[in-house]
Amino acid sequence: MKTLQHKHIIKWFELASLTLRENKDYLTKLDSEIGDADHGFNMERGFNKVHNKLEEFSLNTDLGAIFKNMGMTLISSIGGASGPLYGTFFLQFGMAIVTKTELSLQDFVTAFEKGVNGVKLRGRASVGDKTMIDVLAPVADRLKESLSENNTFEKVFSDIVKSAEKSMKSTVPLIAKKGRASYLGARSVGHQDAGATSSYLILKSLKEAIEE
Amino acid sequence: MKKLINNIEDVITEQMQGMAAAHPELKINLDPKFIIRADSDSQKKVVIISGGGSGHEPMHGGYVGKGMLDAACPGEVFTSPTPDQMFECAKAAHNGHGVLFLVKNYTGDVMNFEMAAEMLNAEGIKTQNVLIDDDVAVKDSLYTAGRRGVGTTVIMEKIVGAAAEAGYSLEACAKLATKVNSYGRSMGMALTSCIVPAAGKPNFDIDENEIEIGVGIHGEPGRKRIPHTSCDEITSILTHAILDDGVYTRQIREWDHGTGNWKEIEFTSPPFKSGDKMIVLVNGLGSTPLSELYGVYRKMHEICEDKNIVITRKIIGSYITALDMQGVSITMVKTDDEILKFWDAPVKTPALRWGV
Repeated sequence: MKTLQHKHIIKWFELASLTLRENKDYLTKLDSEIGDADHGFNMERGFNKVHNKLEEFSLNTDLGAIFKNMGMTLISSIGGASGPLYGTFFLQFGMAIVTKTELSLQDFVTAFEKGVNGVKLRGRASVGDKTMIDVLAPVADRLKESLSENNTFEKVFSDIVKSAEKSMKSTVPLIAKKGRASYLGARSVGHQDAGATSSYLILKSLKEAIEE
Repeated sequence: MKKLINNIEDVITEQMQGMAAAHPELKINLDPKFIIRADSDSQKKVVIISGGGSGHEPMHGGYVGKGMLDAACPGEVFTSPTPDQMFECAKAAHNGHGVLFLVKNYTGDVMNFEMAAEMLNAEGIKTQNVLIDDDVAVKDSLYTAGRRGVGTTVIMEKIVGAAAEAGYSLEACAKLATKVNSYGRSMGMALTSCIVPAAGKPNFDIDENEIEIGVGIHGEPGRKRIPHTSCDEITSILTHAILDDGVYTRQIREWDHGTGNWKEIEFTSPPFKSGDKMIVLVNGLGSTPLSELYGVYRKMHEICEDKNIVITRKIIGSYITALDMQGVSITMVKTDDEILKFWDAPVKTPALRWGV
């Protein structure tokens, strides 16, 4: 597959909503170990709103508008730190693909990078701080590398999910430097970051969306 | 979990409806959620707004009224409110003299209020954000999200609210708020955890014979966990943590109205010293009897007298809580003539009321 179509995006958002609902308790458990025990509830609340908008999204062919709507939906319903961060990711992603009705790999890579840069700017986090950036930044790098390899979306998404899973697990030994977990200092070691985990789940549903 | 709740998802809405029914001088808006002075349309002054996760009662809704906040945005329990909520709230309250957001330093609150300020400034509504980061339990700002905003928030809302009422400009209100923040320090401790309704179980585990020193208002851990000990010893640990705290320097973000973007500025809190005059808050975290808070006050007062720290004003009670946590926090804000004048000015809110 060389282009990502409207139906794939809708499927992605649908699967992401379902997987975040299924993993609500898991995410909350991770967050309760080193955070404030609300990540699962907040992500579920936000993505339930997304799920309610799937019909509206499927009637709009402008992918840029859909991503922006997605971003605003998350910003206005998640709250906490995850709302502005995930919201910013989808908003910025949408700004890079205004009026497009399908995406080439180049389009996707450019938009993804813009999204990740938005998250970095908003959250002021770097790789190694034990946050979602630990998953998102290496994926953005891997995506850029894939451009020269002339790969299909199937291969690229399979690669980035592997990378995301590895990155997610690599947050376990880190000391948190951002967010509420940072107050634990060395006590945050040995726990997987909840935000890195939700980022992995969202990327995993992207891969699954094009398999169906 | 045993709580006075109908449905978990209705807790905040029903609290707001109860407040509106009890206090006709307040109005509520449920979608998005905010609490606003009923007479906000007739105001001609800078609008002071705060907000944050719910569960820190009576903050912030209980401090809306003449001489304090113009409006408040409650989030879900322990979760920051959202930018669209703050945006609608500020638009409803704004009367042409600008908006000041008072923001407790938590990652989520800071990001959401920054987004709201960007949206309002883009809309031509002059908006500034001031942070509260007074929790001395957090030592460094380099490897953490920085000191948390706790008890100084209440005192800042009172003082800056009075200054806005007296006709201070947006810039002057922001400058005063920043000064109060640099003069404020807090330290808290928990005897028990607290139960977030949606979670249904305690937020963290703590043994019957343990206490957490330096806890935040969501039960975030602080400096250490120690065996339970006497009121005097606990009070001594908290009071000394505040009085012995050194210079604290951090980077904060301020909106630059000239460039239309955020700028980073370095900001320093000088340490307290002998002879300083203080406003003191001895604060219960939700389930602490007043008798115990007075027990804490007794020992703190003794230490302050020893160290020639002069307590000029004090409030004792539950003013910024962590739901149903048992525990206490102490806040001291150094005063000067300007701060004291606005502290003593009339205030008429559900939770703080004098001079009216």
